[in-house]
Amino acid sequence: MYDEKKVKEIDRSLENWSEKLGKTLEKRPERKEHFETLSGIPVERLYTPASSPERDYAGDFGFPGSYPYTRGVQPTMYRGRFWTMRQYAGFASAEESNKRYKYLLEHGQTGLSVAFDLPTQIGYDSDHPMARGEVGKVGVAIDSLRDMETLFDGIPLDRVSTSMTINAPAAALLAMYVETAAKQGIGPEALKGTIQNDILKEYSARGTYIFPPAPSMRLITDVFAYCSENIPSWNTISISGYHIREAGSTAVQEVAFTLANGIAYVDAAIKAGLKVDDFAPRLSFFFNAHLDFFEEIAKFRAARRLWARIMKDRFGAQSPKSMMLRFHTQTAGCTLTAQQPQNNVMRVTLQALSAVLGGTQSLHTNSMDEAFSLPSEEAVQTALRTQQVIAYESGIANTVDPLGGSFYIEQLTDEIEARARAYIDRIDEMGGAVAAVEKGYIQKEIQDSAYAYQKGVEAGEFIVVGLNKFQQEAGARPKNSLRVDPAVREAQVAKLKTVKAERNSRAVQSAIEKIKLCARGSDNLMPPILDAVKCYATLGEICDALREVFGEYTASSQL
Amino acid sequence: MAKKKIRVLACKPGLDGHDRGIKVICCALRDAGMEVIYTGLRQTPEQIVQAAIQEDVDVIAMSVLSGAHDYLFPRVMALLEEANVKDVLVIGGGIIPEEDIPRLQQAGIKALFGPGTPTKDIVRFIEENISA
Repeated sequence: MYDEKKVKEIDRSLENWSEKLGKTLEKRPERKEHFETLSGIPVERLYTPASSPERDYAGDFGFPGSYPYTRGVQPTMYRGRFWTMRQYAGFASAEESNKRYKYLLEHGQTGLSVAFDLPTQIGYDSDHPMARGEVGKVGVAIDSLRDMETLFDGIPLDRVSTSMTINAPAAALLAMYVETAAKQGIGPEALKGTIQNDILKEYSARGTYIFPPAPSMRLITDVFAYCSENIPSWNTISISGYHIREAGSTAVQEVAFTLANGIAYVDAAIKAGLKVDDFAPRLSFFFNAHLDFFEEIAKFRAARRLWARIMKDRFGAQSPKSMMLRFHTQTAGCTLTAQQPQNNVMRVTLQALSAVLGGTQSLHTNSMDEAFSLPSEEAVQTALRTQQVIAYESGIANTVDPLGGSFYIEQLTDEIEARARAYIDRIDEMGGAVAAVEKGYIQKEIQDSAYAYQKGVEAGEFIVVGLNKFQQEAGARPKNSLRVDPAVREAQVAKLKTVKAERNSRAVQSAIEKIKLCARGSDNLMPPILDAVKCYATLGEICDALREVFGEYTASSQL
Repeated sequence: MAKKKIRVLACKPGLDGHDRGIKVICCALRDAGMEVIYTGLRQTPEQIVQAAIQEDVDVIAMSVLSGAHDYLFPRVMALLEEANVKDVLVIGGGIIPEEDIPRLQQAGIKALFGPGTPTKDIVRFIEENISA
């Protein structure tokens, strides 16, 4: 990319400069002997064009909106439209969550993101014994289509985009969303949104699996096939590094394990007979925005370039859309401290900034009180305002990829891509991401990184302001944290009873039998699931039918 | 005579899948010379109490980040009492709002450790509170 002679000159001057540094260093030694990113990538004192003279502008960067998308997936990025400001929310009952969504939309949020409670995420109705204590806690409880209708009451589904954090039972929740829209008179072709539908990271990092890997992969590819024909604008999966990072991985591992999972889904879909360019344009991603500012920016750029290359070279994708890694970002919940919680606002700001400089398509900013409770309405508002200040006041969004070409950022981008690729090669040798998860390899890697980090914090190697340095006596904690009334469970169980009493139970019976029959064969499961949802079969009933045929996954609890 | 190793049952009651914290604590307790049995995810209070009895543990360490601690922790304590298990030190951790702590302590949870707790504090607490 640079003139060879000039690079040599720079190299020579750099040597001179370094030699002269000796005296300065004697007088004023550097803070550390070795500097590293949070992921352990060595950081030099200075980067120059001579750091990597062989870089090829067209091949390695390209232009925004063109291969290999290092600089962004859209040609004009935020000059056209800001990223979608999408706060993950949902709690207690469908009625209360509906109110919160309307509040968020009125306050300038531009997309919805539904949090479901754990029983919903694991396919249990609210009256199941395993659901005790969990109903409505980390999200909204959805037992049947009736709850979904309430959740989106008065919100026109052709005018919002909705992201749903749902994995093992994603097909059933998508079916409920489609039917809710139908009741509003809106066809599936008009729906915009995302289901997470990413089971592999559930096994390795997040924990809401139900079925074993093979039938889970089939459910996922059935959703791909159904959506490509019926809901063309729907993101059929959000391949998530977020939770892998939260579970303790490094930035490099986050990219590697996420893209390895992506490869496994593409492989599975191709094996199921789908054409790569029919489903790959609807694959989306979800990353974490963590502490090491430049490393994070480089991570997003590296992930984009690596995915483009994988799709083109490994899978022979032709459509540019198949090669574009579009992603949602959330700031790192695990970096929030319970000590001096106001400091979390600054952490979130820096992390959000890295996501924007990294070219994210949508963003959730965490609330400052999340280290000790569900967020208060006030804290959520500050978090959303943080995004708005970045967007409207900072000027950062006025040019595309403002840090592209920074010697340091480009070096880090190369390094993360190379290291992630090395991991992916290792996973390929094991037989791919599914095999690597089954062997416990990915879990072990994540866990080792988490423990190493904790030891680093306790040894004072990593500084956490307010936690292991600059501590002060605990002040008052922010108030008004969200509390979920335990009566939510009783109310939800009562609603469930009413639904069961009012529906045509014979129709439900027969729909459930059809799901089992289909699950035993190889036809697409979406049509029978849609039929069951329509006659108000519950999520628990649908998942139980699948459990009967597919069995349940049990994780080994090895450490 | 060699000191008997402290036996700890580390567990995740309920449906919560956040196991980074408990796994880190398992490693730290093990490095401190304790014997740690980790139950894995999705344990019912009944399963936890049964495992504690079967494994004859000195300590039960529970972690919940989903907010279900208000039901699950006291439930484990009630079942321990029913089973007449009295000499087990029970501690908890996770995302626990401050105002919940007195009630959990009243139920018999000896200590609650929030985010940011150094693992050596937990090790020390266990060592000091185990009836030798």
